[in-house]
Parts: sequence; C-alpha cells; structure tokens
Amino acid sequence: MPSVYLWIVLAPLIGSIIAGLFGKVIGRSGAHWVTIIGVGISCLLSLVVFKHHVMDGGAVYNDSVYIWLETEGIKFHIGFLVDNLTAMMMVVVTFVSLMVHIYTIGYMHDDPGYQRFFSYISLFTFSMLMLVMSNNFLQLFFGWEAVGLVSYLLIGFWFKKSTATFANLKAFLINRVGDFGFILGIAAVLMYFGSLDYKTVFENVDKVSGLQMEVIEGVSWSVMTFICIGLFIGAMGKSAQVPLHVWLPDSMEGPTPISALIHAATMVTAGIFMVARMSPLYELSESALLFVMFIGATTALFMGFLGLVQNDIKRVVAYSTLSQLGYMTAALGASAYAAGIFHLMTHAFFKALLFLGAGSVIIAMHHEQDMRKMGGLRKYMPITWITSLIGSLALIGTPFFAGFYSKDSIILAVGNSDLNSWVQSYAYYALLAGVFFTALYSFRMYFMVFHGKERMDEHTRSHLHETPWVVTVPLIALAIPSIFIGAYFVEDMVFGDFFKSAIYVAPAHDVLASLPKDDWLSMVTHAVPFSMPFILALAGVVVAWFFWMKRPDIPAMLEEKFKWLHTLLVEKYYADHLYIKLIAPFGRWLGDKLWRWGDVKIIDGAIVNGSAKTVGFVASKVRNIQTGFLYTYAFTMIVGLVVLIAVFVYGWDKIISTLG
Amino acid sequence: MFETWPLLSLVIWTPIVGGMLVLATGGDKNASEARVLALLVAIITFALSIPLYTEFNTAKGSMQFIEHAEWMSLGDLRLYYHLGVDGISMPLIVLTTFITVIVVIAGWEVIKYKAAQYMAAFLIMEGLMVGVFSALDAALFYVFWEALLIPMFLVIGVWGGPNRVYATIKFFLYTFLGSVFMLVAFIYMANKTGNFEILQLHSLKLTMQEQMFIFVAFLLAFAVKVPMWPVHTWLPDAHVEAPTGGSVVLAAIMLKLGAYGFLRFSLPITPDASQELAWLMITLSLIAVVYIGFVALVQQDMKKLIAYSSISHMGFVTLGFFIVWAIYDKTTENTEMIITGINGGVVQMISHGFISGAMFLVVGVMYDRIHSRQIADYGGVANTMPTFAAFAVLFAMANAGLPGTSGFVGEFLVIMAAFKANPWFAFLAATTLIVGAAYTLWMVKRVFFGEVANDKVKALKDINSREFFFLSVLAVMVLFFGLYPAPLLEVMDESVENLVRHILQPKIPL
Repeated sequence: MPSVYLWIVLAPLIGSIIAGLFGKVIGRSGAHWVTIIGVGISCLLSLVVFKHHVMDGGAVYNDSVYIWLETEGIKFHIGFLVDNLTAMMMVVVTFVSLMVHIYTIGYMHDDPGYQRFFSYISLFTFSMLMLVMSNNFLQLFFGWEAVGLVSYLLIGFWFKKSTATFANLKAFLINRVGDFGFILGIAAVLMYFGSLDYKTVFENVDKVSGLQMEVIEGVSWSVMTFICIGLFIGAMGKSAQVPLHVWLPDSMEGPTPISALIHAATMVTAGIFMVARMSPLYELSESALLFVMFIGATTALFMGFLGLVQNDIKRVVAYSTLSQLGYMTAALGASAYAAGIFHLMTHAFFKALLFLGAGSVIIAMHHEQDMRKMGGLRKYMPITWITSLIGSLALIGTPFFAGFYSKDSIILAVGNSDLNSWVQSYAYYALLAGVFFTALYSFRMYFMVFHGKERMDEHTRSHLHETPWVVTVPLIALAIPSIFIGAYFVEDMVFGDFFKSAIYVAPAHDVLASLPKDDWLSMVTHAVPFSMPFILALAGVVVAWFFWMKRPDIPAMLEEKFKWLHTLLVEKYYADHLYIKLIAPFGRWLGDKLWRWGDVKIIDGAIVNGSAKTVGFVASKVRNIQTGFLYTYAFTMIVGLVVLIAVFVYGWDKIISTLG
Repeated sequence: MFETWPLLSLVIWTPIVGGMLVLATGGDKNASEARVLALLVAIITFALSIPLYTEFNTAKGSMQFIEHAEWMSLGDLRLYYHLGVDGISMPLIVLTTFITVIVVIAGWEVIKYKAAQYMAAFLIMEGLMVGVFSALDAALFYVFWEALLIPMFLVIGVWGGPNRVYATIKFFLYTFLGSVFMLVAFIYMANKTGNFEILQLHSLKLTMQEQMFIFVAFLLAFAVKVPMWPVHTWLPDAHVEAPTGGSVVLAAIMLKLGAYGFLRFSLPITPDASQELAWLMITLSLIAVVYIGFVALVQQDMKKLIAYSSISHMGFVTLGFFIVWAIYDKTTENTEMIITGINGGVVQMISHGFISGAMFLVVGVMYDRIHSRQIADYGGVANTMPTFAAFAVLFAMANAGLPGTSGFVGEFLVIMAAFKANPWFAFLAATTLIVGAAYTLWMVKRVFFGEVANDKVKALKDINSREFFFLSVLAVMVLFFGLYPAPLLEVMDESVENLVRHILQPKIPL
C-alpha cells in the first residue's frame, strides 16, 4: 500500500516536471498527454485508496517517507496519514483536477503558454495532495505554501497584464499574513507538544489542554486557544475569510480553469480541511470555536451581498465561493466538522462546474466576461446551459441536489449548536439570510446569461456555438456528482460515522449527533415545503426572476435610490482601500523614513561620515599636511591600537601610575 | 586514501598558489589562458574540499582533519600553524570552494579588463577564507582575516562601479576598525595562556569584567562583518559598487565570517558576558530583521535591495545564536531547542550563501546586458528572457523563504526556537514572512512582469549556456537543501551540541 500513496503524489509531479522542463521537446499535445496521464493515474489510485479505506474499512495508514531533518532528537518527517478524511479529499482533488486538465485543452487552446500551464496545474495537484495527505504540521505548511506558490504563478499566468501581476502579488502577500499566524501556531505546537507529528500531538492533547501562557505580561491565555487561533489565521488567509478575503475576487485575473480548480474546489478549502483535521485541538477551546464561527458567518453573509452587484460572470462565482467558504467555516465553529467537510466536497463539484460553465460561456463569447453583454445563451449552448443550471440549483440548495444536503446540515448544526453565546444566534441568522441572497445572485447571473434579450454585438452572436467536447465532457462529468453526491453520502457523512477517528468531537459539542437521524429522502420531506432555508431559496429565485426578467427597472430603481449602499457594495466595503491605500503605503512610508533618516542621515550622515570628517578635520589642523584619507585613518587606528593594547595588557592603574 | 593528506592546507594553499600562477600569465592578451587556468584551480580546490565532507565523522563533535605545527615564537608567546574543522566550519569551507567555481564561471567573458588579476584575486580570497574557517590558532585566524580585506578591497576598487572609491574606503575602514579590537582581545588572552590556541581559549577562566571587554572587542569585529544593525551601512555601498563576482563572494561567504566568529569566539570564550548582553544582541538582530526589511522595501536599486535583504536574513543567524539563554532560563536540563536555534542559524548561513549568491548573479546577468541596476529601467523581462525569468522567480521565492527551498529551513528552525525563548521574538522574526515576500516579489513584479518596458528590454537575449549552467547548479542546491536538509544537519548537530556544552559552562573563576 505505501507505494500506492507515493505514486499518487509522484505521478502528477513527474508530469509537471516533464511538461515544465521539456515543454518545447514534447510539444503541446505531449504536454497535455503527459500531465493528464499523471493526474489520471493519481485519480485512479485515489479511487482505489478510497475503496480500501472507506468501502472496505481499511486501517488508517500513518507512516513517514523520509526524515526531512533531525535536530537534536527532534525529527521532522515527510510522511502520509491516510484515513477516510484524507481518502475523500484525495478523490475530490484528483477528480476535479483531472476534469480541469481535460477542460484546459479547450480553454487554453490558442495560448502560447500551453505547456507551462499544464506544468503548473499538475504541480498544483502534487502540492495539494501533499497538503491533504500530510501526517505532520511541517509538511502541512509545505503543501500550504506550495499551493500558494502555484496559485501565485497561475493568477499571474498572463504576466503581461498589470491587473494579473497586481492580483498575484496581492494574493501571495495576503496569504503570507495568514501564514504568519499559522507558523506561530505551529511554533506553539512544537513548544508545548515537543513534536509536529499529528499522532503525537493528538495523543497528548490532555497534557496541554489545561496550560496557560502569558504573551503579554499579566494576561494569561489558554495555550490551546493560542494554537487554534494561530492556525486559524492561516486558514483565514488560504480560505479567504474576512478580513483576509480580498485576494480571492482578484484571483479571477487568472485563466478560468484554475479559478475552478484552485480558487473554488480545492486550494481555498485547505483551511477548512486543516481545521477539521485539527478537530482534537479545536474541541478544547470554545473561544477559538466561537471565533471561527463568527468569522465564518460574517464571511457567508457579507460576501454574499457583494455577489449582487457584480457584472463580471467570474466575479459573481468568486463571491459565491467566498460566501460558501463562510458556510463551511461556520460549520467548523459549531463543531459540525463533518458537515463542513461534506459541504466542502459537494461544493467542490458544483462550484468547479459553475466555473467551468462560466469558462465555457467566456470561450463562446470570445473572452467577454461582462454579463451585461450576454443573454439568451441557452439557445446556442445547450450543454453549458443545462449543466450551469444544475450547478446553480445545487448551489442554492434545491432539494435532492448535492448542495441541499450539505448546506441544510450546516444550518441545522449551527442552529442547534450548544455554544452559549450571541455569536451562535448571529451565525444562525446570518447563514439563513445568506440562503436568500445566494439564490438571488445565482439566479440573477443565470437569467442574465442564459435567458432574456441577447445583448451581445452581432459579430459575437453570429459566431456563438457550443464549445468543443473537451469542454463539455468535464461539465457533464461534474454535473453528475453535483446532483447525486449529496444524497448518496449524507447519511454516512453527516449522521453516520464516515470519518471515524479522523474527526474528533467532544461529546458536549456533538451537535450533529443531537440532530434527528435523517436519510436522503426524509431530509427532503422535512424541508419541503415549510423549512426556512427552502422558502428563502425559493424566494430568492422568484425575486431574481421578477427583478431581472420581468421588471429590470426595479433593480435599477433600487440602485438609484440606495446609491450609498450600492457604492458600498461595489467598493466591497472599502476593504481593498484598507490594504491598498492604508497598509501598503504605510509600509512604504515607514521603509522610506527608516532608510532616509535612520540609515542615510543618522548612521551614515552623522556618525560614519561625521566622525570621518572630524578625524580628517583634526588631522588636517594638527599636521597641516595633505595626506590620503586612508593613511590618516590607518595612522589613527595604529595609535589607538597601541593605547588599547597597553590598557588591556597592563591595566589602567599601572599606566596612570607610570604617567603620574 | 585521504587520511594522510593535509587536506585543509591543500584547500588553503592550492588556490593561493594557483592564484599567483594565474597572475603570472600576465596581461590581457593571455586572458583566455588565465581563465582556463583559474577555472582549473577552482575546480581542483573544490574537488579537494569534497573529502572534507565525505570523510567527515559526523558522530564526533570535536575538530577533525587536524594539522598542527610550530609557526613562530614572539617572546613567550607561541604561535602555531594549527588547522582543523568541525561540523560548523566544514560546510562553510565546502560552500566557499563551491561558490568560487561559480564566481570564476560567472566572470568568464564578462570581465575583459585585467581578467587574470580578477581571477587571481578571487582564488587568493578563496584560500584566505578557507584559512579563516579552518584556523585553530587565533593569530593565524587574524592573519587570514585581515589579509582577506586586501583582495576584496582590490576587487571593488579596480573592477567596481563609479562610486567605488567611497565604497572601498568605507568597507575597509569599517571592517579594519572592527578587527583591530579583536586583535587586542587576542593578545590580552594570549598573555594569559601563553599561546593563541583557540581551543585553549575556550576553557580559559575570565572574570566578568574581562569577559565584557573581550565580548565588546569581538562584537565590534564580528558585528561589522555580519553586518548587524547599526554597523551595516558599508554593505549596501560595497555591494552596489562591487562587480557581480565581488557581490557574490561578499554576500555568500564574507558575511558568514562574522557569524562564524560569534560561534567560534564570542559564545564559547565569553559565555557569561554573552549571557549578560544577550538582550542587546537579540534586540539588534530583531531590528535587523524588521527595520531592514522595511528599508529593503523602498530600494530602487536591485543590488541595494538584495544587500538589505541580506542584512535582514543575517538577523536570523544572530538571533538563533543569542536566544540560547532565554531558552535556557525556561528549561535548564533540556537543550534541544537551544541546539535547534543555533542549528537554524548555521543552516541559514549556508542557505543564504546559495540564495544571495544566486540573487546577485541574477542581477549580474541583467547588468551585463543593460548596464543598469535600477528597477525602473526594467519591466517585462520575462517576455524576452523566459528561461532566465523562471530562475529569477525561483530564487526570489527562496529569498522569501518559501518551504521547499533552502531559505525556509533556517528561518523555520530559528522561529521555532525563538518562540520557546519568547513568543514576541518569534512574532517579530516571523514578520519577515510578509515583509520579505513583499520586497522580493514586488521587485520581481516590476522587473520581470508586465509588458516590455523599453527598447533595451526588448533587445534582451535570453541566458546563454554558461549562465544557464551556473544558475541551474545553484537552483539544484537551493531545492536540494530545501527538500532534504537532513545531511547538513547531520554534519553539524554534534558540533553544535559540543559548542552548547561550552556555552552553558560559566567561565568566571571561582
């Protein structure tokens, strides 16, 4: 078995290296074949692993591949931990990645950087697998930063575009802010547990759970809370939670396939995965859980609002991703890790589908992304239309579709959470309200793109047609799980014991266990027609239809009337301003002042050159002879040296007495 | 087969004698012979240094490959020609011989003016640097240490940029002024022991007052070389004016001399004073990391930016060394984090050798084509030099401490140890994750990305096979030690442990 795990990660890496280094030799088709075969192998083997662990109940695998380094008995490993949680993530990652690889053949067809692109996405697959399969914090951090690197490279893939290189720098730096918290969390883990291996850490949580630490004198913190919040700050960066969310919408500057793979289905869910993996730690800190829930609920609702005012098709989907990540995070805060991961899985499929659908539209529209220039596309691209509809229905939580099961479980879990705080009720209502807005912006997009008046110019319209099979096949392949996967797994994942030892929930927090046991059918019958989420989602769709199909004058009128609100949303609550107009200029200002004042004026100007001038001045007065600078200084030094040696060797007293 | 060879002497004297021979080839009409000969000498020296690694006994923390001979007597003082390496100095020696090969190749066609003299200077410098790392007699150490200034002074002074006179004088005075005090401290101690044997100095009893004087004398010498804030301002000037090879050697190896001095002299000889002044050293280190990071952010000159980035990275080295007592105060019996911190510092020294060397070579490649170091003169270089841009992004990421590159390893270990010492140390040090990425990647964005900025960039030719060779060799090293640093740690672990035992022993006479 171990070699299987190794091949799962190595196959995409080898593909990536070949496509990256020998792209010119193997040519365009060589590059896509070698990477697709690599990821294909990885996907097949992941399915084998999934069967072994999940279906056949295989034992948890936990072993080291090699020792990265050893310092005085502390060993840092590279190694794999494969249990049901990992196995599920591996299938999601490799399957979506495979679909995106195939889709890319169509999407990047005319791009000169074809081979480079395939190399990057395979490298990404490798990094993401290393992240989810890790058995220790160090490798987690490796994977964590490696996916960040590939994200940086891919957002800036079209490096001539200044918006793209701005966006990738921003993404990298904001993620680094998260990683800053992450590495301090890791340092605390190493300090208190003496190891970075998950197994050792989880086995010793009881020894650390009661400990306190004083970072600020007089203020004592629970060590667990410090660790959990530190790690979660990392998750906030990677999973784009408020206020570290600003990079994700801009990441849409990258080509669409990677928006689907990296910035929707996999990388951005790394934070969710990490918190679930660390559930034995988070369960010991209610403060951390409340923090997680608050951030998640806030992201879920307030990022959803922003989807309403976007006109770029990809940005709507991006804000929807932010909002859905907020749902997952809120579930983690409620200790409903399984529900969060369940939503992660369903979301990976339907969100990848929505992005690839949007990409298909973009191809057909000759790389036009403005929805105001679309409309009525369903006639021209039926497969894209139907699959996008399926994706949207899954997203808003239509009964029987995948998103319904996962999202309803989250809302139920947060609603029934025992965390006794205002945060819990805030989170519950935020998530409920979010359901309405999700439906509203999703179907606003759907109607604007596929229905209504055809607003494109004549040239574009005459060329409209369905995209080639390399594009539509992945759409269909993703549409199938977007419908069925929720119903198929809900009993096991949410109400059953799918994750076994991978996720630990303290009995007092176990909200999922306290919910009435449902199966896929009874969950629907309970929801329809009177549950709040169902009514809200339906209302969202109806309002969207009424506003953007029947009476487009109403949203226009609202926009006019609530100008300030509209501006606030268009400006994204001015969060970008905070970073771009305040923090970044402050850094540059500070650097400039430290340099010009500290280095140039004080150290060099006053001290170095000043003392040089003084020496020169004194020397010229005393000797009144022109000498080269160097001799003057060397002479002074030698004199000083003699004095010093005398002082050191004979001591002050002796010298003074001799002189006296 | 190497047991009977005086390997260290060979590694010291081969390049020095070889350098003389290169000089003897004479004027520029024999430049090509001089280059070939220089490369040959550099490669032979590198090959001779390999057995130092392969034959090294990693289970031993004490000195190996020892050579010991009477040198001279000055009155009662005996001076020895005493060489030896432990797990700390050996990797630095191999780094030195490796970098010299790279430097010779990097200067191949680029240096047209007095090529023989240029190559000779670097070879002689190589031998002297190896001498510094392997000398076990303080007087011998001092001779190598000071002699080193001359070839570097010449390299900057002869092949440097327009403002080279100011830079060389600043460089010379700063470093010479610092080392003079070190000599005084040596002489003072030699008066007590009767010789300059470093290992004997390690067990010399010294009162607190004596230790304080000696520590400060050492500090002046070593802090300037590292360089630590606030005696760092010579470095950006020296780098800017130095030719590419000079910058590479300066950043990759010369800066390590100061840090090495702290490990070999300050910590074991004056442990009590080091403990007393550790707060100062930690403060200066953290200022270097944070303050200099921000200063690097606003530099317009690429070499200046990398120079400041070097100072900031070296802050991690000194931080790793001087948090010893802050950790020791917390757990007296458990030294693993103390050793981790020092290990981190040493790994950072090695890694920084590769990365800063590579960064200066990257700037050099562009400077050779456009003759500008200003960021504003570039833009969109990735369009015309795609292969080169790939290397540049890799090294930039390593400079930003990306895991998987060697730049991460040292910073990671030091942050881990610093957290144990005091969470705030780790907090401040970890800001480099953000600031380091900001200044490095912002430069990358402005230089490499975007549309082709001007006609000069448009006319750029991608790297030739010679440039490809040295960049890819460095890339392999950076990735190798990032993905598998264990061999490096294995070499140094015992020696650092041995050192820590010395450090934790008070030297004040009872």
